[in-house]
This record gives sequence, C-alpha cells and structure tokens, in this order.
Amino acid sequence: MAAPIAVHLEFGGGAELLFNGVKEHHVTLPSQSEPWDMKQLLVWIQRNLLKERPELFVQGDSVRPGILVLINDADWELMNQNACACLTAAGLDCSVGLKPAH
Amino acid sequence: MAQEVCCLKAQLKEKEKEIAALKKKLAQLEKSHPTVLELHDKVTPLTPLTSNPALSNEDIMRYSRQLLLPDLGVRGQLNLSKTSVLIVGCGGLGCPLAQYLAAAGIGRLGLLDYDEVELSNLHRQVLHGEENQGQAKALSAANAVKRLNSTVECIPYHLQLSSDNAVQLIQQYDIVADCSDNVPTRYLVNDACVLSGKPLVSASALRMEGQLTVYNYRGGPCYRCLYPLPPPPETVTNCSDGGVLGVVPGIMGCFQALEVLKIASGHGSSCGQQLVMFDAQDARFRSIKLRPKQPGCAVCGENPSVTQLVDYEAFCGSAATDKCLKLNLLSKDQRITVQDYKSIMDDAGPHLLLDVRPLVEVDICHLPSSLNIPLSSLQERKSEHLQLLQERISELKQQMAGDCRPPVYVICKQGNDSQKAVQVLDKMSGSEVDNIAVKDISGGLMAWAKRIDPTFPQY
Ligand SMILES: [Zn+2]
Repeated sequence: MAAPIAVHLEFGGGAELLFNGVKEHHVTLPSQSEPWDMKQLLVWIQRNLLKERPELFVQGDSVRPGILVLINDADWELMNQNACACLTAAGLDCSVGLKPAH
Repeated sequence: MAQEVCCLKAQLKEKEKEIAALKKKLAQLEKSHPTVLELHDKVTPLTPLTSNPALSNEDIMRYSRQLLLPDLGVRGQLNLSKTSVLIVGCGGLGCPLAQYLAAAGIGRLGLLDYDEVELSNLHRQVLHGEENQGQAKALSAANAVKRLNSTVECIPYHLQLSSDNAVQLIQQYDIVADCSDNVPTRYLVNDACVLSGKPLVSASALRMEGQLTVYNYRGGPCYRCLYPLPPPPETVTNCSDGGVLGVVPGIMGCFQALEVLKIASGHGSSCGQQLVMFDAQDARFRSIKLRPKQPGCAVCGENPSVTQLVDYEAFCGSAATDKCLKLNLLSKDQRITVQDYKSIMDDAGPHLLLDVRPLVEVDICHLPSSLNIPLSSLQERKSEHLQLLQERISELKQQMAGDCRPPVYVICKQGNDSQKAVQVLDKMSGSEVDNIAVKDISGGLMAWAKRIDPTFPQY
C-alpha cells in the first residue's frame, strides 16, 4: 500500500490556461496499492483538475506533442519515463512541471 | 485664380528639378561608397571572412572593457572577429541579439527577415524606429547595427527561409540563432543546422515567459530530440494572439547573445543539454536538465529518416508565419459581412450584438452597443453569463412581438472565435437559451475598422 502523496504541480508556457490560469497546484494523491506513475498522474490530473478541452493536454496515455514534462527541474525522459520511483521517493518536495514548447 | 495656378505649376516644376538633382547626387554617392547596405532577396555565396592576426589600436580601445575579462581576453576577441552568425528573425529576440553581437565585435552578421516594420512591432523590436515603418526589417536592423559598429559585416536577407534555401544559407555561417516566431520555421532551422553541423542557439518568448536552449551542440540533443512531433496547430499561440511584454523577448534575446558570444569566443555554452526558463511574473530563472541526444531521433539519430529538408508547413499543419489563419467553420448563410451589419445597425432593427473576445481586448476597444461574453464563458456554459444572455434575448423578444427568433450577431477581433461561438450558440439555441437566429460577422472588428469606420482602433 502506497501512502497518500503530496505533489506540487506547475503548469506553464500557456498550459496553465487550461487550468483557469492557475500555475501552481498543491495536491494530494490518494493512497493506492501500486506506487503512482506518470500515466496515472496524468489520468488523475485530467479527472480532477482539467475541466475543458482535454485534447489540448493529453493524447493517448501521455501529454500531447509539444508539452515537456519536468520532474524536480529535470526532463521526465531522464527518469526513463519511470516517474513512480521519483514521485514516491521525492515525497513532499516532488514538483512536476508541464511546459509547452514556445 | 489662373495666375495662381500658373505660379504653383512653375514652383512645382522647380521642385521636381531639385528632386531629380538630389536623386542623381545620392545615386553617385551610393556608387562610390560600397558600405551602403544592399538587401539580399536570395542566398548567394559569401566570400570567406577575412580575419585579422592581431587587434588594432582602435580595436583595443573599443573593446578594452571586455578584453580585461580573463574569460574573453585578446584570443577570445580575435575569435569573435572570425565568427559569422546567422540570425533568423529580426524581431523581439533578433533585435537585442544583433545589437549585442555587433557591439561585442562579431565578425559577420546575417540578418534574415521576410517582414516589414510595423508600428505594433516597435514596443519590442528595438532596433527599428518610427521612420523605418514599411521598410524591410532585415535592412532596418542592418542599418541600426552598422551605426553601432561599422566594422561588423552585415548581410540583410529579405527572404522566406525554406527547404530550398536553408541549407545553402546556413552552411555559410558558423553559428545560427533561431529568433523565429512559428513552429514550422523552428523545425526547418533545426534540421538545416543538424544537416550542416551548426550549433543552434534557440530562444522564444510569449506573454510573460521565455525559454532558451542550445541545440545540436557538442553531442547534445536537437529540437526534434525534445519534440519529435509538432504540437497540434490549434494549441499554438503566437504573439499577435497571446501578447508579449517587450522586455521579455528583450531579456531572452540578450541571453541568446550571451550564449552565442560564449560559443564564438571559444569559452563554450553550458546550455547544450539544458533548458533555461524565465518567468517574468516571479522574476525567476530555472535551469532544466534535458534528455541527451536521442538515438531514435528522426534527424540527428542513428538511423535518420530526415536526410534532406522536407515540407515543414505540411509536417506541422500550419503556415510558417505568426499571422493568424482564417478559419472557415460556417456555411455562407451563417455569416454576414461588416457592410451587412452596418445596414442592420443603421436600420435600427432589434438585434443583439455579442462580442466574444476576452475582457482585456474589450477594454482596448469595442462597439458601443455590444454585449461582452467571452468565447470561453460560452464554451464552459458559465451560469451568470448564460443568465445575462437569456435576459437580453427575452428583452428582444418583447420588443419584436410575435414568435420569430431574435437575431444575434457575433463579433470578435478577426472572425475566428466568433465562428466558434456561433457553433456553440447554435447548439444552445432552443435548449439552454430561447430560440435565436445566430450569425457571424465575417472578419470581425478589424474588418469593421478597415471597411466601415477608419477611426476604430486596430491592434
Ligand atoms: Zn535530434
């Protein structure tokens, strides 16, 4: 059982406009049997924060082309797309930023 | 009367003679002074950059403050004078970039832009002045740079960078700076830099944010490594839509100049696998560690599928310009022209004029009789706005008597959002609000300003 996890989400470069213009969100992900990974986080964001036009944010089970996902000031790709380790290990300090390319 | 006409005609003839004489004098002067800049409308081969083996006394005086820096020194300064830089886009990023590169003593600057200077450019494109309106941006920028440092060789290109000319142009330069404003050009410049083996110092600025990365540099990633697929065209915002505070591209352009100078002097850039993000609102810079060069990258990877330039507008599904595209979402009978609306207004027939722009734009200018409900409020069915709309529709119905559908005309800046709003309102008509007859005013307020009321502000 993974405990609830506090995550600091940031949206920038225009992505915040999909979230009522709010750049920073402090959220708590509920506990679940598996550790959280990025796919699940994106689904959670879509269900709980994103109200309008999901096609401008997600495509398939990832973010749409042109959006960069950053974890703790690093490119998500550097984590081998395995964000769960980072999300659980980083705990309270974990911040996820999502920035579209200009 | 007749005498006055005669007199004026004689004066005019005299002046015409004067003008002809001045033109002749100017032409002679221009011939004898090859330093007068010539605008290039196509890519031509350049002569190799001649390099001085040592600094002149004048160089030492001019560059003394930076020569004292151990990071640059005489060797760095000589390296700058041997380096050529191509600046793609002489706008908000390109202007400060060109300015600082010239001031620092770069050897050769290629200045490329296909646009002319407009009044709405001047708040951020600081090399151009009021008197340059209508002039090619490349030439205006080159003249400004020449005034600053006449020893820098400037080559202004008034042409559209394309798959046919990009490699030929870029391979003649040592470093390329992407200061463009649209996605197809970013992919085009990236691919041309990878194919020619040139480092690409790339920056962007929008609203209150900026980004900078150096691509294809010392084994680092390229733009495609980061963004293998272009964003859907409808998700891309440009400066003419989203707005930008002039100083934000100013800061990012200066930042580009810094990285170009570090590469050119031999010091090297640390942004090769790094994204620098600038948040003007919080006055905060952040550095993001990026992924390395991707073995699967379509252009710089191990088995590249892009081995020559492709059609980038087709690849991105959008045009290589930051000008707005005209949508065509509605049928002909769902749209009226601004002239049609002018006669409706003059006839004073009962109707509702709905302005669907965001409030910030309505504050700039609006038609006096309009009701403002932003497109996003309609899309989200904001209850207070729907209520307001329903109230106005009810009032109209009372005025009109009988059971006809009250006419609603929708307007926005250029006629794209208003079409989307008509689609939303059509869905709402008869269910969420009473039955209405909705039409789009084609071309929006900018068409109104051009064709009906020249005193209406354009932005
Ligand atoms: Zn690549």
